[in-house]
Amino acid sequence: MSTVHLGIPQVRPQHASPSSTLRGERGFPEAARDALADPTLRENLRRATSTIQTKRASAVREVRDWQKLRNAGSALKWQVTDHLPELLEQLESSVTAAGGVVHWARDAEEAGEIVTALALERGAREVLKVKSMATQEIGLNEVLAHAGIRVIESDLAELIVQLADDTPSHILVPAIHRNREEIREIFLASMPDLDESITDEPSELAEAARRFLREKFLDMPGSVAISGANFAVAETGTMVVVESEGNGRMCLTLPKTLISVVGIEKIVPTFEDLEVFLQLLPRSSTGERMNPYTTMFTGVHEGDGPEEFHLVLLDNGRSAVLEDPEGRSALHCIRCSACLNVCPVYVRTGGHAYGSTYPGPIGAILSPQMTGMSGSDDPNSTLPYASSLCGACYDVCPVKINIPEILVHLRTKDVDRRRETRGDFHGTWDMALKGAGKLMSSPRAYDLAVRSAGPLTSVLGGKNIGKLPGVLPLIPGWTDHRDLPKPGASFRSWWDQHEKERSSADGTTEPDAAPDGEEQA
Amino acid sequence: MRISLMTTCLVDVMAPDVARATVILLERLGHQVVFDKRQTCCGQMHTNSGYYTEAAPVVRSFVDTFEPALDTVDAIVMPSGSCAGCVRDQHQLVARHEGDSELEERAAAVSAKTYELSELLVDVLKVTDVGAYFPHSVTYHPTCHSMRFLKVGPRPLKLLRAVDGIEVKNLPESDTCCGFGGTFSVKNDATSDAMVTDKAANVVRSGADFVVAGDVSCLMNIGGKLRRTGAAPKSIHLAQILASTKEDPFVPSETILGRSA
Ligand code: SF4
Repeated sequence: MSTVHLGIPQVRPQHASPSSTLRGERGFPEAARDALADPTLRENLRRATSTIQTKRASAVREVRDWQKLRNAGSALKWQVTDHLPELLEQLESSVTAAGGVVHWARDAEEAGEIVTALALERGAREVLKVKSMATQEIGLNEVLAHAGIRVIESDLAELIVQLADDTPSHILVPAIHRNREEIREIFLASMPDLDESITDEPSELAEAARRFLREKFLDMPGSVAISGANFAVAETGTMVVVESEGNGRMCLTLPKTLISVVGIEKIVPTFEDLEVFLQLLPRSSTGERMNPYTTMFTGVHEGDGPEEFHLVLLDNGRSAVLEDPEGRSALHCIRCSACLNVCPVYVRTGGHAYGSTYPGPIGAILSPQMTGMSGSDDPNSTLPYASSLCGACYDVCPVKINIPEILVHLRTKDVDRRRETRGDFHGTWDMALKGAGKLMSSPRAYDLAVRSAGPLTSVLGGKNIGKLPGVLPLIPGWTDHRDLPKPGASFRSWWDQHEKERSSADGTTEPDAAPDGEEQA
Repeated sequence: MRISLMTTCLVDVMAPDVARATVILLERLGHQVVFDKRQTCCGQMHTNSGYYTEAAPVVRSFVDTFEPALDTVDAIVMPSGSCAGCVRDQHQLVARHEGDSELEERAAAVSAKTYELSELLVDVLKVTDVGAYFPHSVTYHPTCHSMRFLKVGPRPLKLLRAVDGIEVKNLPESDTCCGFGGTFSVKNDATSDAMVTDKAANVVRSGADFVVAGDVSCLMNIGGKLRRTGAAPKSIHLAQILASTKEDPFVPSETILGRSA
């Protein structure tokens, strides 16, 4: 591996640590099967994603220069990946100059240790959290719990997930797989003071959560809060947190100590660049023109907000993603979740099937790059295949990440690795495609095969092929669910006849190349 | 014009009538069709599954077949959006993966003359009314590769609307993928099945007799599901509708995408 300079003393690109929540226990096809068999889950997902999708589409339609905005967003993100080392150094000095403290975390463990130590030193037994993907990815809640510190999620959906002892299944709406009735039950089971008469009206549920959280907020002076950030401005050292509920803002302003755990790719070069992203993000994410709360904070200010600010800059596999020129634009993601909501796979399987904090199309290209794909039995090796390559994700991505292209690139990497590992290139697919490649590059053999497909399959009855025995390789995956047309006479035999008729009609013969360029008899 | 037909392997074997219809249509419009029997496949199954090294000889064979005739034909036509997309977007990537810059250049030259059927008709041959007759109701599935990668846009619908006797019905959720995705349909068969089940249900909901598209792969998927569930609509390729006339109308056979002789 080459060395990628990250502004931290020169470091080698490194995959995410195994303790990260970036890899499930089972491969995607198997995990998806369970989700597909759950009709409630499918209905919850279908309903929620189609609502957000419609809202997003109309919010985007309003913006006449949307494509130009996307281009600008993409160009800025490329600028960041191209100049990450310098920008990180700049961010470190601007945060320090503003009175913040910068910590560098190589992986999930380091980040966990830094945050735990900071919290313990301040005597915190309970910390409030603002919804953040980075802390989810490093399993921070569990790490803190292990050190005896209780974490309270302040985001409504995140709170639901936490109270149900569940895991998030969506980037923006972690509890998207739950419906109102399920949420009511979760609240009743975990909020002791809650009145039994509560209904499943969203307003009542939100009110219950608000009351539950307000008590925690009132306790805040002298306390510690943990957040992520949507953007970190290198020029000014400003962190930006974008949210809908306002609970995040309370966590960001009321505590004595604020710790933000931020992935190194969250950088934007200048304050002015936020103009582009703050237009792209809310419209793509919630389908709003502007999100209700945008909190920006720069270091510390006496008598205003937290007295201490710590920024933990997290690598955890990002340097490995950065190392691959063809895959690195996965780091451009601004976590809007638009690609999830339009993905026909995600909409049907939900987020848990991806086994990672990052589900859906972006997860399928990000998780395997962050963790690496270690072999055929690595669940993350199945993620690049969890897509029909329909391209809907690329169309909606506000920063134009070409997800289908990266999916194919990662498949190529997976296959190349197998081919280059002695004795590893012998799976059913490897054999089938090796054979097909040979056949399809030998015109004569191919011509013969095409012409005999009809006669060979004529032993099967009927006009189409129905269910086939499972002992055959590959085909049953198709015929278990749908019929297959039965090959008859190939086009080539019709063409031969057509040629003959044509030449006898106009009295000429069209020079016609036979397979392998030989003259036809 | 002189047009070279690349049938695609799937059409050649599984849906020969689509290639036949393409020939009949182009000849009726006064063009000369040539078919080089050295042709095999575009390599899409390999490329989309990540087998670039195994795709390389297939791509080379494709280029060897079509390059020598580039000066004598006006265009190469493929009755498949995804295969035309593979030629345009992936052949050069495969060559690059193999470090073969000569192949990369040659592949670029071939791909510059390669068109999907509706592109050929509307952009090159400048025709939307091809004089077809098809007295049935149809609903159009845009197929992902035609819509998002080739960006054929409204071309197929323009061609369909000009067909005599046809009724074009709206397909609910038309731009959602049918779940084919090449090897995806087998590797992730449960997910693919959930997708095609919804697509087939939407075809039934449209109330049309036929679902039409420009890709045989997707049509085999949707048609196969419709047949398995015993639903009435049949799948049909754009070429089959455009080739159909009063004198020689298209009559479907029991085989998916097949035509009664
Ligand atoms: S990949 Fe693009 S569409 Fe998907 S979450 Fe990231 S920014 Fe949004």
